[in-house]
Amino acid sequence: MILHTLIDYDTLRVIWWLLLGVLLIGFALMDGFDLGTGMLLPFVAKTDIERRVVINAVGPVWEGNQVWLILGGGAIFAAWPALYAVSFSGFYLAMFAILFALILRPVGFKYRSKRESAAWRSAWDWALFIGGFVPALVMGVAVGNVLQGVPFHFNDELRIFYDGTTLFELLNPYGILAGLVSVAMLVMHGAAWLVLKTEGPVAERSRAVGSMAALVTIVLFVLGGVWLYAGINGYRITSAFVVDGPSNPLAKTVEVAPHVWFANYAAHPWMIAGPVLGLAGAALAFVLFRARSEIGALLMSSLSIFGIISTVGLSMFPIILPSTVDPRSSLTVWDSSSSHMTLFIMLIVALVFVPIVVAYTSFVYKVLWGKVDQGSIADGSGHAY
Amino acid sequence: MALDTLDLSRLQFAMTALYHFLFVPLTLGLSVLLAIMETVYVMTGRTIWRQMTKFWGTLFGINFVVGVATGLVMEFQFGMNWSYYSLYVGDIFGAPLAIEGLMAFFLEATFVGLFFFGWDKLSKVGHLIATWCVAIGSNLSALWILVANGWMQNPVGAVFNPQTMRMEVSNFFDVVMNPVAQAKFVHTVSAGYVTASIFVLGVSAWYLLKGRNTDLAKRSMTVAASFGLAASLSVVVLGDESGYLATEHQKMKLAAIEGMWETEPAPAAFTLIGLPSQSERETHFAVRIPWALGLIATRSLDTQIPGIEELVGKAEGRIHNGIKAFDALQQIRAAGNSAAIPPAAQQTFEENGHDLGYALLLKRYVNDPRQATAEQIKQAAWDTVPSVPTLFWSFRLMVGLGFFFILFLATFFVLSARRKLDRYPLLLRLAVLVIPLPWLAAELGWVVAEVGRQPWNIEGVLPTVAGVSSLGATTVLATLVGFVTIYSVLFIIEMTLMVRAIRKGPEPDEGPEAELIPHAFAGAE
Repeated sequence: MILHTLIDYDTLRVIWWLLLGVLLIGFALMDGFDLGTGMLLPFVAKTDIERRVVINAVGPVWEGNQVWLILGGGAIFAAWPALYAVSFSGFYLAMFAILFALILRPVGFKYRSKRESAAWRSAWDWALFIGGFVPALVMGVAVGNVLQGVPFHFNDELRIFYDGTTLFELLNPYGILAGLVSVAMLVMHGAAWLVLKTEGPVAERSRAVGSMAALVTIVLFVLGGVWLYAGINGYRITSAFVVDGPSNPLAKTVEVAPHVWFANYAAHPWMIAGPVLGLAGAALAFVLFRARSEIGALLMSSLSIFGIISTVGLSMFPIILPSTVDPRSSLTVWDSSSSHMTLFIMLIVALVFVPIVVAYTSFVYKVLWGKVDQGSIADGSGHAY
Repeated sequence: MALDTLDLSRLQFAMTALYHFLFVPLTLGLSVLLAIMETVYVMTGRTIWRQMTKFWGTLFGINFVVGVATGLVMEFQFGMNWSYYSLYVGDIFGAPLAIEGLMAFFLEATFVGLFFFGWDKLSKVGHLIATWCVAIGSNLSALWILVANGWMQNPVGAVFNPQTMRMEVSNFFDVVMNPVAQAKFVHTVSAGYVTASIFVLGVSAWYLLKGRNTDLAKRSMTVAASFGLAASLSVVVLGDESGYLATEHQKMKLAAIEGMWETEPAPAAFTLIGLPSQSERETHFAVRIPWALGLIATRSLDTQIPGIEELVGKAEGRIHNGIKAFDALQQIRAAGNSAAIPPAAQQTFEENGHDLGYALLLKRYVNDPRQATAEQIKQAAWDTVPSVPTLFWSFRLMVGLGFFFILFLATFFVLSARRKLDRYPLLLRLAVLVIPLPWLAAELGWVVAEVGRQPWNIEGVLPTVAGVSSLGATTVLATLVGFVTIYSVLFIIEMTLMVRAIRKGPEPDEGPEAELIPHAFAGAE
């Protein structure tokens, strides 16, 4: 098969770097409001009926949304196997915490309202809170640590070794800040979803929390940027490198220096769009929460998430996962991808199936459009959770 | 005996996979049964079929969410615990997992929401399509997961690249069309259908014994018995053994299943029962059926099936080749760019590269395979024999259950055809008792396939000992305890809710009897 040479290897790598971003953003946008809803559940809904309204606001769609995470895992495995191998084993306990929390979520949605007992329901409400809060926080913490570099290195056989990445070492100040950005951003997004899908007190409380979360997102994101500039070293490739060579992470040299994470913006000013959208989206979401524009707030919150996640990627390009202990082991766009052929095949698969998935997902959202009907939950008709 | 990182990682993977696989077979089969029931509803317009779809749908949902929750863990565990594996074969192995998400799981998970929430929002046909999408999605999921698993058993369409130190895809079509994967797919999906059929049959039998929901129960049993009978025949006839001659290690797995230590003249006898002993390398008290194995496995009278000792001899030869390849690989890696590679090393690697994995078997004993002693090489060759007693017994129990299911489902098929489903309370009681058995058979099937794969992660390519992450044993122990704890709690909750939902029974269906009732269809019930 030589069909794959239709697209250059380096082009495919950049396309798959973009698709990596699409997957992360897709996950944050789609499953993000489920996570945000989980975090908001105990706070914006007081009575049992209110809580069921909140749960049913995501009830029919969380399963589909969660596939973004599964697909993310699979696609990183297929397109960036080195990233898959290093990050998930390096962040082993963090991943365990995320998975443990996420296990609670599907069962929480489904099982909570199957029994009348108040203790049962309250326990599941907190399980759903954990299922939203822990993944949101830990994924943000992971991003904060990626920006600082992770202590791993390869040996000659490309076996991966770690020099301390326990959960506690990940919870350093910058990691926690990044975790809080993630939490604030997904609370904003979840609140925007609840404003759209509910009415009455739940919607009012969500509106108040959502607009606060938008402000917090702005403050923390700016703080994260200033801190990144002032106190965190970036990584850049210093050796000549072949952008379409075999994926061997040890064939380059990398230097660590201050302000490097901002170099791309000087070289390519259009990249400023990333942080600008992150901030403007959140600011507009704040305004539109207040202006009672339901769809508007959701769209702006989505725009903000798009901008914030893009900022991380654009700042680091072409580095994907820097190594603190052995900078040349760092993973980059040019040396940690799958083979030329695999990237090509997976691109074709994505081009065929992503439009189909988007089409039927849109159809399902259209069918389920509208506010959750409090009455049908109260009288037990319908098939609500 | 202290467990090291490798043992604990294997234990964790086995535990999480076996647990996940408690929920998968029912999802696979019940989704199709739901689609069939709802199709009857749409075609006949009789509301009882809608009631059935909703009732079994409730049970489906309770089961489905645990499958989803535990499936998440599976998607990330390769990277977490098997990072060298992930790096070494991600180029091939990752693709089917990603395609599974994109092509299958999205379909299943997006429409499962409509299945539960869309009854009043969609037309009858619209909802039926959603249900079929769930069924098709879950079955397609199984296809891609088994393409990935099949490749671990029979790694076709890939070559080792010394530049990147990993396997890379050379022919993706071969990966997808892998005969081992195809055999596994049919076998696994059929096993799921049998599981769901026996579940529906058993729960319905319980209703008949209690004298409640008899209409719903009898109709459900009719569907389950006919669908299950067809599936149970398919499980056995299209058993996964058809793939066992594809490669050397698949042959080893077959020989281990049979406890066949020495090669016999064709056609080989089938050992019905016996006491295989790994240490004595012998199967005691064997009761043997002449010719049977040769006929089953090779479908011929003159193809010889190699025994364990012969295969170990071959493995030893391949280890020697592997060491040559390993040595050549070091020279190729040291050369840096391709122009500097010594031609002799290149030549040696081309000739022996396919046995590189066999040299890595020695990693258990020495860091550099070239330093291995003759004794260690012999030992490593014997390591290619999986646990014979485990395979021998798991396989026999599984096959025994398979034949029992055919008999059992055929009995109910006949009873249903003669409209005598409620005549024999003893058989109904049996049907209730039989409910757990398909799960037992499915778990044994996993054991045969994956314990039989040992000592390899990827057969002939990457030994399990080399694939594992460099994690601390305590770390892995901590997560193992964590998973066992939450899975145990979930299991109890799931079972409790399932039993409650069954006791509660179907919701009354007050909806209007639908308009079209062509008597040709209605009369067929």
